[in-house]
Amino acid sequence: MKVTIDGIEIDVPKGTTILQAARMIGPKVAPPAMCYYTNLKTSGGYCRTCIVKVTKGSTANPTPMPKPVASCRTEVMEGMEVQVYTNPEIVEARKGVVEFLLINHPLDCPVCDQAGECKLQDLGYENGSAKTRFEFKRREYEMIDIGDKIKLHMTRCILCYRCVKVADQITNTRLHGVVHRGDASEISTYIAQVINNDFSGNVIDVCPVGALTDKTFRFKQRVWFSKPVDAHRKCDKCCGKTRVWLKGEEVVRVTARKDEWDEVHEFICNSCRYDHKKKSDWVIEGPSHIARASVISQNHYEHLNELKVEAMKHQKALGFMDIDKRP
Amino acid sequence: MGKKLLIHNDKVPNIHTLEVYRAHGGYASVEKALKTMTPDQIIDEVKKSGLRGRGGAGFPTGLKWSFLAKPPGVERYLVCNADESEPGTFKDRYLMEVIPHALIEGMITSSYALGAKTSYIYIRGEYFYVARILEAAIKEAYAAGWLGKNILGTDFSHDCYVQVGGGAYICGEETGLLESLEGKRGNPRIKPPFPAVAGLWGCPTVVNNVETIAAVVPIVNEGGEAYAKIGIGKSTGTKLISASGHINKPGTYEIELGIPVEEFIYSDEYCGGIRNGKKMKAVVAGGSSVPILPTELILKTAKGEPRLMTYESLADGGFQTGTMLGSGGFIVMDEDTSIVKNLFTFTRFYHHESCGQCSPCREGTGWMEKILKKFMNGTANESDVELLWDIQSKIEGKTICPLGEAAAWPVAAAIRHFKHEFLEIARNKKFVDVSHYNRLNKVTA
Repeated sequence: MKVTIDGIEIDVPKGTTILQAARMIGPKVAPPAMCYYTNLKTSGGYCRTCIVKVTKGSTANPTPMPKPVASCRTEVMEGMEVQVYTNPEIVEARKGVVEFLLINHPLDCPVCDQAGECKLQDLGYENGSAKTRFEFKRREYEMIDIGDKIKLHMTRCILCYRCVKVADQITNTRLHGVVHRGDASEISTYIAQVINNDFSGNVIDVCPVGALTDKTFRFKQRVWFSKPVDAHRKCDKCCGKTRVWLKGEEVVRVTARKDEWDEVHEFICNSCRYDHKKKSDWVIEGPSHIARASVISQNHYEHLNELKVEAMKHQKALGFMDIDKRP
Repeated sequence: MGKKLLIHNDKVPNIHTLEVYRAHGGYASVEKALKTMTPDQIIDEVKKSGLRGRGGAGFPTGLKWSFLAKPPGVERYLVCNADESEPGTFKDRYLMEVIPHALIEGMITSSYALGAKTSYIYIRGEYFYVARILEAAIKEAYAAGWLGKNILGTDFSHDCYVQVGGGAYICGEETGLLESLEGKRGNPRIKPPFPAVAGLWGCPTVVNNVETIAAVVPIVNEGGEAYAKIGIGKSTGTKLISASGHINKPGTYEIELGIPVEEFIYSDEYCGGIRNGKKMKAVVAGGSSVPILPTELILKTAKGEPRLMTYESLADGGFQTGTMLGSGGFIVMDEDTSIVKNLFTFTRFYHHESCGQCSPCREGTGWMEKILKKFMNGTANESDVELLWDIQSKIEGKTICPLGEAAAWPVAAAIRHFKHEFLEIARNKKFVDVSHYNRLNKVTA
């Protein structure tokens, strides 16, 4: 099926959503997504940051769709034309959505443990405005412990429902859901029950903000001071392929591997996540791929050799000394 | 006197019992449908009648029915939306309370047309006493053989259940209703798929308003063409209007679509004019979510033609100078009413009822309420009017279900037509409400 997104045409298989098609083209046209998660069924459609304008429905029925649609839940049609960043109305509407997400979010990034790997930070930076127009008291909640390993801070939650879907779909028992209504909604474990299964830790990885954090890692280390490496071990519960975050020789935390859209494809078990905090537990494969735009990529020498070659070209062209052949 | 088709027997004593209802021609449509008509013939009659959904959106019912997917071996359901929660609307309650059998008769006839073996009446929690009336009526209908196995000796069997909801406005949205009926949290679903393809428990489902289903009875009895003769253009038949506010005779009225708005407000047959000899200021024509209109625009369109009680005439001029017929919650306000305070009440309602699924509605409705509270306290600035306008424009059309629009439209219309009231409060830094209600009760905002 041929679909045109922001003027770029791409051929995609049937059943692809607009968001997936845009991601195939690349980050330049891919709309941001806070609640959609490829691996979780029925996720998406809630945050509305991925809204796009469909200017041509399909070749068969070229009428444009009257309202902006959530690209993560709308499948492409043959000959569809979509505007993501080229439609000023949509850009403005997305800015509005970002503002809505931020009005009740505490802007305490300097003391938030998610800072540096927070999707809302990126979203606000890329699509939001610098000033808030909200002048009222923000919503606040008490912090809750979900078991001895996970901390839930509802004040930061943007109600993306990802953790609810994880609890629903990758584990057998459902103890996790949303209570109350409207802007009083709360993620909660029913009657303060503990999430007590082998895969509960994955709710931390899917949380786009600092609402669900790892208690074994909280405030130990700023993420950008640690060095993520891909590693694996033999595990009988999960795939055993993880990302190990190092501080010198010390393992500060273990997470699942995320792709370029910050999505986990192979969820890991709690044993890998919490119980193997020694470097000798792991077979290290090499540095993880971190996007250049991310703050975590500082001190991170994944592309060191490529960079050196690139730098050398320019230096040689300018007649500078070769840094590797210094006397 | 206009023709009445739905509540013409409402003053008959004991019309809620099967015996009296039957004596006044009740259940004739079931007899006629089951014995002489095929399901497709009934759908054709409904199409001919031009009946439009009475819940608010006004979608042609016959068309909706013909969209119902009919895969072999899969159950189909008819669900009656009796979750009437729109502020200002109480027509369905009146119908169900007074003539419960009219709804049940419509449910049986419609289910036969759609091939549904089971149907549900989803009723809001606050109407628990109406649910009891309906349940008593269903019991009577079972005993008399109108419900159950092999109705009237034919091979059509049907079961009808009443389900009481928890009292959430959002469960009046059809997919939210279905989620709630399935026993889940009443969050609206993302469409497509539409309920006609995958509705209740994933089966094809038709969701119709109480009044729509009750209107099927006269259509089957008298034929679709006779029904279509009432009304003007695409607005055919009769409509129940719940009139409230500062009028002499508030209540539920059945009107023929097409009577002038002026006649509806001022004639003694209907609202009977404005209370206490005051002047009219504004009208919300179809339940709290539709745009409010000032007197000069509700009586006459922008072109100067008299406005009629039809879907088209009320919508004339778009949202700039028009409104919607909506669910028929007709709220009249006199000259002493503060539009800002009224808007605050509406917005507070939508904030309270937002389900919290998608961000613009969840956060935006609360924000609008907070700003309007500033107007109530007299601490608002002139720039807050612009901000309010901007927020509503960013909610409208960006949400999963129409609650976002329902919350945004009243704000937009109030600012569009009554901006001077907002600016007055902002400039004087003082909110003065002279309404009769306010003299009795202190402002609690």
